Amino acid sequence: MSLSSNEIAALARVSTLKMVYASKAAHLGSSLSVIDMISVLFGNVANILKSEPDSLASDQVIVSKGHAAAGTYAVLSHSGFFSNSLLDDYCKDGASLGGHVTFGKVPGIPFSTGSLGHGLPLGIGLALARTRASTDSFVYVVMSDGECDEGTTWESALIANHFKLQNLIVLIDRNRMQSFGDTEKTITLEPFPEKWQSFGWNVFEVDGHDHEEITRTLLQAKSAGTSKPSVIICNTIKGKGVSFMENEVVWHYRPPNDEQYKLALSELEATK
Amino acid sequence: MRDSFLTSLITLAENDDRIALLTGDLGFGVVEKFENKFPDRFWNCGVAEQSMIGIAAGLAKSGMLPFVYSIANFPTFRCLEQIRNDVCYHNLPVTIVSVGAGLGYGTLGYTHHGIEDIAAMRSLPNISIYSPSDPVDVTEVLARICEHPSPTYLRLGKNGEPKIEQLTKNSMPGSIRELTGGSDLTILATGTITENCVRVAQALKTQGFEIQVISIAQVEPLNTNFLLPLISSAKVLIVEEHVKRGGFAAALFEAFNEHRYTPEVDRLFVKESMISEIGTQEFLRGLSGLDKAGITAKCLEILGAAS
Repeated sequence: MSLSSNEIAALARVSTLKMVYASKAAHLGSSLSVIDMISVLFGNVANILKSEPDSLASDQVIVSKGHAAAGTYAVLSHSGFFSNSLLDDYCKDGASLGGHVTFGKVPGIPFSTGSLGHGLPLGIGLALARTRASTDSFVYVVMSDGECDEGTTWESALIANHFKLQNLIVLIDRNRMQSFGDTEKTITLEPFPEKWQSFGWNVFEVDGHDHEEITRTLLQAKSAGTSKPSVIICNTIKGKGVSFMENEVVWHYRPPNDEQYKLALSELEATK
Repeated sequence: MRDSFLTSLITLAENDDRIALLTGDLGFGVVEKFENKFPDRFWNCGVAEQSMIGIAAGLAKSGMLPFVYSIANFPTFRCLEQIRNDVCYHNLPVTIVSVGAGLGYGTLGYTHHGIEDIAAMRSLPNISIYSPSDPVDVTEVLARICEHPSPTYLRLGKNGEPKIEQLTKNSMPGSIRELTGGSDLTILATGTITENCVRVAQALKTQGFEIQVISIAQVEPLNTNFLLPLISSAKVLIVEEHVKRGGFAAALFEAFNEHRYTPEVDRLFVKESMISEIGTQEFLRGLSGLDKAGITAKCLEILGAAS
């Protein structure tokens, strides 16, 4: 029985916490931030042909913020792409699942990411091939807001507009935090929606934890039919779902200790 | 060489609709022939080489055979991580074409000299590297690339390079050609500098020296099974329009070492101390002993004869 995106996200949050705790890995806050967005994509909207994922008829999802690997793997497994048992080996020696999104080990991942600013150009290539073949499949690229410091983001924003890629939809995890803290104190992104607008994109802004709103907006972007690419700025909370991790940059780096783990697990279990 | 590339690519593309061409806003007056013929397989990505490589990887992932066209260091060093991660790591059949290899852009200066490219590209996984010596090589190399799609780096000269007459029949098309025979000395060369080597070999023949010149168009993977038995002299001179470290000679040394092959080796390469000098390609080559006079002097030194 397939789960709703909300159910996928709730399960994925718990799995992600367990994976990061067990492996003592980093980037827990980034995963918790983006889990709702990608649960909607994999659970509700993207039509990925599991038998021939590279086919031009298949939708494509690129998680460009590859450091959200634990969350991505957890969502993929709870969406039925592979067995949940693989999550137990996250970051272990010889495992299929590593600390950045890695292709070729499990289904659902077209490209390895981890170095920021690679996903959008790759997505443009996938979208151009689909435009040329006149297929009605879509390409979704999930990016972080910090990733918008990268030059390739804006090169590609120009290019996607120029080639009128209406089959390309970017979702930005706008949690307003990056490596050193506040994005606006690092390299100012605002006025952020206006920047994308001025580059010729359809711009949407949503609550990045509201599945219904994300789903509705994705469908709206798909049917916009304006010969423009679309960007959905998803306002999110880094560390979403664990009270003491929310909006705290330290959880970009630190795995929880035993006590913090138990507390976080009880909070996440309570919302399942 | 540039025109030969475009003409051959168009011929191949007529029978293979996977072949596409992307340019980083370079090739004015050259690439339009492809664009006019195959408008749905041509994309000018603007002056945005990093994105262009990622886009090419996305196209390759979708079943196409993209060729990415630019000059000098723009499609290599400017976007090295994209080549590493997006193309080579995923083992996607993207061919990166750089025009003006070596000192080809002469007076335009060091920013436009492709003299460390082989070293950078050689370090990457899954990659094939081709450095043709003349227009004949270009056509054969392109056919080979399309027959064996993989991440590929194609290092081209500019335009107007002459066809080098091959005086023997020992060749593996698109990979290795013996251009002149001889056993007094073997010159191993790659790229357009090969022409100078052949001219020198021909001139020294009149002085009684028999010099074998082997052009190696396929630098990676090196076909040692064909190359090593072909080398007819125990004295080898390696000539490359590239810096000393990590390039063509380094590839040969690694191959020699793996095969416990120990010829007496001399080298000519672009001297690091000369990178700030201004001049034409042949002038700059001369500063590193890569012009005909320099190669002649080196050959005579190895052969124990005064120049």
